Amino acid sequence: MGVLVYIESEENKYKKTAYEALSYGKALADKMGVKVSGLVFNCSDTDSLKKYGADKIITIDNSDFEKFSSKKYSHALAEVIKSENSSVVILSSSADSKFLGAHLSGITDSSYVSNVVGIPESISPFVVKRTCFTNKAFSSTEMIDGLRIISVSSNSFGMIESFNDSTVESFSPEKVNSNQRTIKIEKETGSITIADADIVVSAGRGLKGPENWEMIESLADTLGAATACSKPVSDMGWRPHSEHVGQTGKPVSSNLYIAIGISGAIQHLAGINSSKVKVVINSDPEAPFFKAADYGVVGDAFEVIPELIEKLKDRK
Amino acid sequence: MNILVCISNVPDTTSKINFIENDSKFDSNGVQYIINPNDEFGLTKAVWMKESNAANVTVLTVGDQSAETILRKCLAIGADKAVRIDCDANDAYSVAKEIEAHCQSINYDLIICGRESIDYNGGLVPGLIAGLLNYNFVTNCVSLEITDSKATCAREISGGTEISECEIPLVIGSQKGLVEESDLIIPNMRGIMMARQKPLEVLEAKNISAKTSDKKFHKPEAKSEVKLVKPDELDKLIDLLENEAKVI
Ligand SMILES: Cc1cc2nc3c(=O)[nH]c(=O)nc-3n(C[C@H](O)[C@H](O)[C@H](O)COP(=O)(O)OP(=O)(O)OC[C@H]3O[C@@H](n4cnc5c(N)ncnc54)[C@H](O)[C@@H]3O)c2cc1C
Ligand SMILES: Nc1ncnc2c1ncn2[C@@H]1O[C@H](COP(=O)(O)O)[C@@H](O)[C@H]1O
Repeated sequence: MGVLVYIESEENKYKKTAYEALSYGKALADKMGVKVSGLVFNCSDTDSLKKYGADKIITIDNSDFEKFSSKKYSHALAEVIKSENSSVVILSSSADSKFLGAHLSGITDSSYVSNVVGIPESISPFVVKRTCFTNKAFSSTEMIDGLRIISVSSNSFGMIESFNDSTVESFSPEKVNSNQRTIKIEKETGSITIADADIVVSAGRGLKGPENWEMIESLADTLGAATACSKPVSDMGWRPHSEHVGQTGKPVSSNLYIAIGISGAIQHLAGINSSKVKVVINSDPEAPFFKAADYGVVGDAFEVIPELIEKLKDRK
Repeated sequence: MNILVCISNVPDTTSKINFIENDSKFDSNGVQYIINPNDEFGLTKAVWMKESNAANVTVLTVGDQSAETILRKCLAIGADKAVRIDCDANDAYSVAKEIEAHCQSINYDLIICGRESIDYNGGLVPGLIAGLLNYNFVTNCVSLEITDSKATCAREISGGTEISECEIPLVIGSQKGLVEESDLIIPNMRGIMMARQKPLEVLEAKNISAKTSDKKFHKPEAKSEVKLVKPDELDKLIDLLENEAKVI
């Protein structure tokens, strides 16, 4: 019995979502009265995991795992689950984690629930709360006995520090043969990605044209935010497709979502419903987005945004 | 080449979401059902591959009879054959097991699923199928080329794309990018007529028991009224974000 957390890292650094997954794992382990272990691939930093309460840190240092591979990682996890006799596995909601989770669940024949937004309401029966219907509803979902896999929705639980002087153990999984290999990874450099961002600054057709995005980028820079856009904006090629959020685009579950010149169509809201705090800046007081917003400014973006940037800079 | 496209029958996003039977079931009354958008991107790609890869395209759904409307639409879009596995789609696990069982009897070279469905949004079925069948797997798939038995795929990752190569059989989770929205095929009269002649096979389910079940649904609490700040009082907005919402 025990909780196992998959700790995601990149270039020898943990992702923020990994600390959140570990915080969740720790809280769950406490509720179940068991221990929590973290599994780390090729990352030498163990100290920062102690801060989030891991009882044990299991490390796999092996060049075979240098690049993420859903197949290799899930087979390695399955082995660790067996040797640790884990009963629950916690993952984040990153692209890689969700990729891995479903695969792992197939291999281990276990129950799996994604988009989980809180610690189980009860342990016996095991009932977790998750979002569904593009965040328009929640479901209390029961998971049957046996191995359970949970992926935690980003920014839903938060990072909670609780120091634990974890033991560290290394693990050598069996080699998994796979004819699948990564050839190339192309990354946009320098910018913060929507999935990793605490704050997302998003703009729509109200901005009139791609030449006006300078102020959006500048606001994002000031706040340390990622930039995003509505679907027509990416369809018209004003912004790259990777920035399109909504039903047919990316989901956003940031702490703060700032929507500028976006009307708030239901398909757009479908992607951002799970963001915590929403600020809407729109010249039309009747824009439907105001109904979904926490804070709003009725005004012209071309006046409001430059001034907002000034004021934010003044405060620093 | 034999392609299977798994289709999920989902409520249109503009549908009202309500629950019945003591909030334990989705109220489908008056709801319009559509092909899950991510699946439609995949289906379009499959139809293109009929030409480029001399592919044969089967669409499959696990569900009750009401799902046949969208299967007919898939046939009108260009699939050759439709299969419905006759049972309620109870959870991702049981759906994937039904699909796995079907794939044991017919060997598909490529299984296309959507990255996630817009009803339960689990993103679970494609990975489960791949894990159960021990096939290669690429989700969030934004490009796919198959030559002979080798597939080259691109996957959207946080902040970029990852390109990989593998042998078929392969399961992908499709999304926008694999084809664009403007590429989606709107069935014409001829397609609709031809769809009527195409086979729609109903298979008996294995009735595999689910591993998860929705006990109770509830909607988010009603939002409190938006707090409006005047455009000439932006300091107030910053204060609210800093001290009330504590997000900056
Ligand atoms: C099947 C389907 C799927 C879809 N999926 C998505 C999706 O994933 N994501 C998505 O975003 N959309 C999606 N859409 C489209 C969606 O319905 C809307 O058309 C779209 O979101 C509108 O984009 P917008 O708000 O940028 O533009 P508009 O609706 O044109 O709104 C522009 C807004 O800017 C405001 N404005 C104008 N000038 C100013 C100014 N100077 N200052 C401040 N505000 C100003 C206007 O008042 C208006 O509210 C989908 C539609 C369909 C049918
Ligand atoms: N009942 C079903 N029948 C056939 N395919 C399905 C079904 N449910 C889900 N799928 C496939 O699995 C994908 C992901 O669904 P989900 O795991 O529910 O998010 C969908 O886009 C479909 O391709």
